[in-house]
Amino acid sequence: MGFSEADISAIVLTLKLATTVTCLLLLIGTPIAWWLARTRSWWKGPISAIVALPLVLPPTVLGFYLLIAMGPDGPVGELTQALGLGTLPFTFWGLVVASVFYSMPFVVQPIQNAIEAIGERPLEIAATLRAGPLDTFFTVVIPLAKPGFATAAILGFAHTVGEFGVVLMIGGNIPDETRVISVQIYDHVEALEYTQAHWLSGAMIIFSFLVLAGLYMFQHRKHSFRMPEGNL
Amino acid sequence: MNTAPLELHFRLNLQHSRENRFVLNVDLSLPGQGVTAIFGHSGSGKTTLLRCVAGLQKSDAGRLRINGTTWQDKKQFLPPYKRPIGYVFQESSLFPHLSAGQNLAYAIKRSPERISDQEYQQTLNLMGIDKLLDRLPSQLSGGERQRVAIARALMIQPRILLMDEPLASLDFARKQEILPYLERLKSRLAIPILYVSHSADEVARLADHLVVMDQGQAVAQGSMRQVLANLNLPVKLGEDTGVVIEARITEKDSQWHLVRAEFSRGELWVQDTGDDIGQKIRIRILARDVSLSRQLHDDTSILNRLYGEVTQIQPEANEATALVRLRIGDHDLISRLTCKSIHHLRLKPGDRLWAQIKTAAVVR
Repeated sequence: MGFSEADISAIVLTLKLATTVTCLLLLIGTPIAWWLARTRSWWKGPISAIVALPLVLPPTVLGFYLLIAMGPDGPVGELTQALGLGTLPFTFWGLVVASVFYSMPFVVQPIQNAIEAIGERPLEIAATLRAGPLDTFFTVVIPLAKPGFATAAILGFAHTVGEFGVVLMIGGNIPDETRVISVQIYDHVEALEYTQAHWLSGAMIIFSFLVLAGLYMFQHRKHSFRMPEGNL
Repeated sequence: MNTAPLELHFRLNLQHSRENRFVLNVDLSLPGQGVTAIFGHSGSGKTTLLRCVAGLQKSDAGRLRINGTTWQDKKQFLPPYKRPIGYVFQESSLFPHLSAGQNLAYAIKRSPERISDQEYQQTLNLMGIDKLLDRLPSQLSGGERQRVAIARALMIQPRILLMDEPLASLDFARKQEILPYLERLKSRLAIPILYVSHSADEVARLADHLVVMDQGQAVAQGSMRQVLANLNLPVKLGEDTGVVIEARITEKDSQWHLVRAEFSRGELWVQDTGDDIGQKIRIRILARDVSLSRQLHDDTSILNRLYGEVTQIQPEANEATALVRLRIGDHDLISRLTCKSIHHLRLKPGDRLWAQIKTAAVVR
């Protein structure tokens, strides 16, 4: 009845993966989003396209190239071996790296939109109040872009929970290391354990629905802190 | 080195598009105290000039010295957050996620010299905002927000206050509500104020010094009285053409609610706006409200008549009217007459005659 021990460990692993990836993505994605939101460089187009690639590519394509890059003869693989970390494929951290790429657009785009919506003026106001750039970022940009950051974190988390193709390519199917929920469901179905598959799949549907419903209701409510445009 | 308190030199080329090009080219030496109004129609570059002073707009070539300190020249560019300026933006600039009091605290925390409790309280009283501190900007009226924004700019303890049309986004009633605060501010502050405006009315009320901008250039500058009395201004003021007379109240007529205001060689009876005897007031007289007469008539409704000498007659572009400037003591008066009347009266410079003033408005 309910979840088996293997199911539970897949759930725990998935949550650990998604949490790690979300934290990393907020750290990596924020500077990228900041740059994309404010640059007038020619590079904005190409960089935006690269960030958005995972939205359109089959996960297997991304997984395939990451596998090669992180493999023993790939550039990333050679680097990690030189650092004494071994190779990343078929490890938890290999999954983390792959997921960071795969979920990047879901984090960068909401933050970028939020920063673009703030506009130039609050930054200028902060400058006239003697706030330096970093000070301005933490005391003005983050509070005003908070809904964007929340959306980014939720989407990044949920999307990492839901991935399958990349996991299969990079992580394989190692219990407690790379066997996440989606892979576990696949195994159950392969083994014709439909009851187990139902439990996990049902849980995923409920989880995803709750996350998205919560997100949309939150976005609907969060319209307060905007700089007024035009007239007072 | 002998230099003016404020030295502003900026060259700037903004290419918005192939046809839409804007060039700012300004060399100004301005007084180190009082209100210098930067006046011009929209698109004349007055806001761009102010943004250059704040460092919000980078110029191609610039030199900026404020009270002996160089903020910008060939070698250096002090970023805006290191300049000791207070800046008041045209529209509401309060941070929406902070209450009015927290907005003030944001500035106080970052000020190089912390404002004393006494000065803090004085500033709150000056702007009349001590009861608003707990409110969020969205719970304040437009005028209240702008008063908090002005107070916030002062919390920095700036060396110069820059105001970019602080009243432009307010309706008439709100403007009237805020103007007295600005007048009090002007009389209390020891630092220079650069005040950008396209309203001749605001300029007449607040300015001591006036810079007129047109197409990115400063086309006239000088004391407010001199510039307003200049008939050859490239920027036409139209219905706003007129002068400001600075006078002192010497008598009150409580029966008719009037006060007598005296200036060199003249006096005017104007509406009693509650000022005390001895107080200095500004009286604005528009050119359209002044008529001229060779004789002094007593059977007229006109209360104020001044005797003066014609110093200049300047026909206007419409060819129907002309502006006539009169000298009265050390003040000027401008009258708008039809060319036909000028011909009929055979007016020429040097003539002495009576100016009849239909309305004289106390602006302070």
